[in-house]
Amino acid sequence: MKIGMLAVLFLLGALAAHAADVAVYAAVSLTDALKAIAPKFEAATGDKLVFNLDGSNVLALQISKGAPADVFFSADEAQMDKLQKAGLVDAATRKDVVFNRLVAIVGANSTLQLTSLADLARPEIKHLALADPRSVPAGVYAKQYLQDAKVWDQVEARVVPTQNVRAAMAGVESGNADAGIVYQTDALISKKVKIAFALPESSKVRIAYPAAALTHAANPDGAKKLVHFLQTDPDARAIFAKYGFIVGPPANGK
Amino acid sequence: MDSSSDLQLTANDGHAIVLTLVSALLAVLVDLAPGVALAWLLARKTWPGKSIVETLVALPLVLPPVATGLLLLDLLAHNGPLGGVVDVVFTWKAVAVAMAVMSFPFIVRGARLAFEAAGDRPEQVAATLGASPLRVFFSISLPISWRGITAGAVMACARALGEFGAVVLVAGNIPGVTATISTTMYNDILTGHDEHALLLAAISIALAFALILTGEQLLRRALP
Repeated sequence: MKIGMLAVLFLLGALAAHAADVAVYAAVSLTDALKAIAPKFEAATGDKLVFNLDGSNVLALQISKGAPADVFFSADEAQMDKLQKAGLVDAATRKDVVFNRLVAIVGANSTLQLTSLADLARPEIKHLALADPRSVPAGVYAKQYLQDAKVWDQVEARVVPTQNVRAAMAGVESGNADAGIVYQTDALISKKVKIAFALPESSKVRIAYPAAALTHAANPDGAKKLVHFLQTDPDARAIFAKYGFIVGPPANGK
Repeated sequence: MDSSSDLQLTANDGHAIVLTLVSALLAVLVDLAPGVALAWLLARKTWPGKSIVETLVALPLVLPPVATGLLLLDLLAHNGPLGGVVDVVFTWKAVAVAMAVMSFPFIVRGARLAFEAAGDRPEQVAATLGASPLRVFFSISLPISWRGITAGAVMACARALGEFGAVVLVAGNIPGVTATISTTMYNDILTGHDEHALLLAAISIALAFALILTGEQLLRRALP
């Protein structure tokens, strides 16, 4: 009986991809916010959102190979730049929809009192979890901050590079790392970590989430409507804020 | 964040479970005939290029799945060499294709070992008695190697059910369309829905039990 129902769902899913769908290739970190926004967009426009959720680099690779995407919503400006250079992005539609900031985290039960980047060099911090500063944007940004604060040389040997931000959080959650630097949106998800302090605004680090319609979009109107909706709809903006994204223009904006 | 709903299955979860099962079974079914035929050729014959074919078949075991996925994506993409022939990328069919490629070596290995273990004497005897090569294959080679072929198919199915790296590149992680149990779990873990990921893991474990028990049944039935 149950299997029969699932089979029906499966068939419905196969039929669901009709023309009024907007195929949104979005960074994983946007998953929860976009799932909450999707019904609002559908109610407002009648267009249904179909997501492909993965790392921005994987999505950019798929789009460059001709994946049937209408909108790219990236967590990494460099990936959007790459696609734009390749002529795949409708540049006129490109907008920085939300922003994020980095925060320093400690375990929920930690007694460490950290208030500044300089505190991360204290001897009690034996392991500092960062997304890999050689390849993952969050880690690249964190390293930039630590270098600007002149503490990178002291902490470098204690840095535990991880595959992504989620793994850096897991290191702090489990107590294997005494502190970590992650996005505010990720830190708010976990009950097992607490935010020690937010990293200050920096002229060098700008963490933006650009969205744009793609030039080969099968549904260019829907794509443009969505990018505009994400930018301007009060409900959508409130949902982004609820999940920890910064929705106002940043002090160091373009 | 909504931890209350993390322990419930959604319609998209149901789709992912059915898609994973259907694609894995389809992948093994599609692999079976060419896999067994190739295994027989590898076990019984010497031919030019044999070692190249052997290596090609083993590649999905050697390469990281994501690299196999990238090769498949290059091959099947709309602007790739096979893209004009078949339109599968980023559809559910891509899930089955990626699973079929990733699990093919297990079928070939299992069947080849079985053919080698059985030896070619029974086949030669049958041929001497006047049986045609096809008849020899279907009434001698296949029955006496059935256990090894079944074992290989079970391993192949297990590999397909858990496949992640190749699937996520060629099919994407599109909830309700191409998301599988594995890619849904990956998304859950990255977005902090650990409990939902564990729920799906429990379902995967249940599927593994069902698969292994079915395999045991098939093997028992295969005993003479």
